[in-house]
Amino acid sequence: MRGILRIAYKLIVNDRAKFAALLVGVTFAVFLMIMMTSMFAGILGKASSTVTNVGAQVWVMDPGVNTVASSIPMPDYVLDAVRSIEGVRYAVPLYSGAALVKLRTGTYQAVTVIGLDDASLFGRPRLVQGQIEDLYGENAFAVVRDSEFPKLGSPGMGTEFELNDHRAVIKGIAEVAVSGLFGIPTLYTTYNRAIQYIPSPRYTLSFVLVEPKSAAAVPAIQRAVKNMGYQALTAEGFKDKIATFYKYQTGLGTNVLLMTVISFVVGLSISGQTFYTFILENLEKFGALKAIGARGGVLVAMILFQATFTSLTSYGLGIGLASLTIAVAKLRLPSYAATVTLGNLATAFVMVVVIAAVSSFIGIRKVIRIEPFEIFRG
Amino acid sequence: MDSVAIQASGLNRWFGEGDARTHAVKDVTFDARFGEMLYIEGPSGSGKTTLLSMISGILRPTSGTVAVEGRDIWGLPPDELADFRLNKIGFVFQDYHLFPRLTTLENAAMSLVMRKMEWGQALDQAMHYLEVVGLKDRATLPPVKLSGGEQQRVAIARAIAGRPDLLVFDEPTASLDGDTGRRIVEFVKKEILTAEKCIVLVTHDSRIFEYADRIMQMEDGKVKGFQKGASP
Repeated sequence: MRGILRIAYKLIVNDRAKFAALLVGVTFAVFLMIMMTSMFAGILGKASSTVTNVGAQVWVMDPGVNTVASSIPMPDYVLDAVRSIEGVRYAVPLYSGAALVKLRTGTYQAVTVIGLDDASLFGRPRLVQGQIEDLYGENAFAVVRDSEFPKLGSPGMGTEFELNDHRAVIKGIAEVAVSGLFGIPTLYTTYNRAIQYIPSPRYTLSFVLVEPKSAAAVPAIQRAVKNMGYQALTAEGFKDKIATFYKYQTGLGTNVLLMTVISFVVGLSISGQTFYTFILENLEKFGALKAIGARGGVLVAMILFQATFTSLTSYGLGIGLASLTIAVAKLRLPSYAATVTLGNLATAFVMVVVIAAVSSFIGIRKVIRIEPFEIFRG
Repeated sequence: MDSVAIQASGLNRWFGEGDARTHAVKDVTFDARFGEMLYIEGPSGSGKTTLLSMISGILRPTSGTVAVEGRDIWGLPPDELADFRLNKIGFVFQDYHLFPRLTTLENAAMSLVMRKMEWGQALDQAMHYLEVVGLKDRATLPPVKLSGGEQQRVAIARAIAGRPDLLVFDEPTASLDGDTGRRIVEFVKKEILTAEKCIVLVTHDSRIFEYADRIMQMEDGKVKGFQKGASP
């Protein structure tokens, strides 16, 4: 069988024009599919950046909350009520809100402010300059050094600016695992300073962060919180909720899905048509092989090999091209939201397998149907 | 050696349905022997190619039997019949049917590769037969770089590389000029035909009749008669 597959390989590769057309078509389709799904994965990852960066196991929130940025403030008693739930080791408040910073240049810049529990500073970022205790200092803030950092004029330690008409001083420079989605810088401070600086409605508690005594206690905590009229989600559950929101309630998911399907259809059309032409051009030769004594299974194996080889080569090229594009884009645009995940690769792989299957099916049907006698008749 | 290679008995073949039904081969009975070059001759539409297809296991007769080396080939299951063709019969087609994207050598090795012979061994054996047909120096060229006569010789090398007992040629000179056609058939007669082989050749090219041992004349699907060839 290896010899026959070698023949099949030479037949497709030596037909350079068609081989190139097949490679370009499927590679382009894979490239588009990977780019689309990676961009979406990147957006989802960034949309959950606060959940990832804060690192709490369980998040308590209003059931109407879909993203960290759109928190619905809860009354303070919720914090005490959560602390009293059996299975909770400790619970702390978290503030998340937006503010305007007036820079020394006189320009304004929107920022996200994260207010950490004053007692524990739970959810604090890793500081690369300064000490975390310095957040207790007067007007102290830590700024996240990410791709948005230059928008604040790349502040150093001790830099001062106005935040909602209050004086603010940079006392720490932090790094986080994932930067935010919306292209605005992030500041960390204490919970009380955050609610003092940022105009708030009657309630100020954005989230309650819970550390359970054990993973087994989480379902009971979730039930107890639900009985209070609120929602407790694990970090993964919250990320899923955010992802679901972006997928189904923003139109973003539908657009990405449409573009991915269109890419798939483009790849399928190019591959299907080119492969069909290739089979048609060689049909008499396949018929001659059948006459000589090739079993149907041998011809099917040849065609399947050709389709599989072409598709997998294109798959590799498409992934390489997409990864290269993303890497180059990230060099130029540090906040570029695209992440190649195993899920993206698997999705593209499944689609490439479908492309190979459909393309080879068309060819196989044609070859199986040809009667060797037709070759004799000419 | 005068044993029977092919024995065809009462072969009939119909094509089409209803009013378009055509009786292409009508009650044909004949045999072909080892060491013999048998021509099937007749005008277009006389049923020559249909008959050749039936005796080489490609087209199932509507009725009648074909025994090759005493074996009823149409009693074999499809895969066994394909194996039988691969191992026992060498085919040379009118239009050669060589793969243009493979080299001459790879084309000649095709039937050996299909027999699952190891790649290097298949190429070595095919090279030997390219040498037999005088095309060793063309081994690495694609068929499109060869003349019609050379392509026909590659097709012959492909057919004989597997050392089949029976060789069938379908209009081997139809695409060639007279001299080349004659040279090809003369070559086949002198270099390929042995006492252990039987060659059946379909043609209506009278210029090559001189190389036949026997000529079976067909007309309107029937055997009109046999004539002894002018072969020495």
